[in-house]
Amino acid sequence: MRFGIAVFPGTWSDHDCAHAVRLAGHEAAMLWHKDRDLRGSDCVILPGGFAYGDHLRCGAIARFAPLMEAVTDFVDEGGLVWGICNGFQILCEAHLLPGALTRNASLQFRCEPSWLRVETARSAFTASLRVGEVLQIPVSHGEGRYVADAPTLATLEREGRIALRYVAPDGSAVGESSPNGSMHDIAGVLSERRTVLGMMPHPERACERLLGSTDGLRMFTSVAQSLARHGEFAAAGGRR
Amino acid sequence: MAGFAVDVVVTLRPVVNDPQGLSVLAGLRSLGFSEVESARVGKFIELTLTADSETGARSRVTEMCERLLRNPVIEDWRIDSVRTLSDTTA
Repeated sequence: MRFGIAVFPGTWSDHDCAHAVRLAGHEAAMLWHKDRDLRGSDCVILPGGFAYGDHLRCGAIARFAPLMEAVTDFVDEGGLVWGICNGFQILCEAHLLPGALTRNASLQFRCEPSWLRVETARSAFTASLRVGEVLQIPVSHGEGRYVADAPTLATLEREGRIALRYVAPDGSAVGESSPNGSMHDIAGVLSERRTVLGMMPHPERACERLLGSTDGLRMFTSVAQSLARHGEFAAAGGRR
Repeated sequence: MAGFAVDVVVTLRPVVNDPQGLSVLAGLRSLGFSEVESARVGKFIELTLTADSETGARSRVTEMCERLLRNPVIEDWRIDSVRTLSDTTA
């Protein structure tokens, strides 16, 4: 299958994502921010970085890029979109996901391992994972504190749309060790249709044993397995 | 048409925790300004634009705030001042 990888000026994890996609045995197509062409992607990744310098607010300018028009149409068609770090920020700014990502409670840029509990398997991104298992995937951000109003948080909890939550390595509550102080320890959220995932940690940086964890690679594999299982390859082919 | 200078202030909504403000508060107190009770950090944006009237300028800036300058999930905004720079219709 083909993962499309968005490239904005200031994106820094695009090649890491392409490397991860290839490690998982799939094809990576780079998608330039000025184009409206998703090049037949089965899943679009908005990678980490500082798109358009993150000026004004993280993701605030990027959401108006021509490519984002195509991404929004793709979401409307039911296409899979995966926002990682800055990509998560862009998806929130574009209102494709609820909430917002604000300055870490510590005011520090945190680049360190984090532990995530899988909260739902009801999405292509997590279908091959076990609910309750703990993944080790690093974070690398200064503005990843997830905030949303109380009704939104209640909806996310009720609908099981919190895909990943920060926990301690043993799976217990993260407490003060949270990398950013996110409300409800939220590390990743799903859209209402469960086809859009935004997450602050970087799965593409946890794909090789040499780097300390291969848990991230399992998420790339999960997307491919889900698409194959549900026969959406054919649908994606139709879009090409 | 006339030129206008419009000052926009964007603030975090009161319910949103402001670690930057808390850090500023701690800094001020450590300098001996013990009377400071709170500090919130926001953004100040100076715009210059042309419009047919002050009302017109305000209405366009309102649109700019709603579409780009603030994130409605976490921020409030207000126009702090509007000054006429020049009137080119004279």
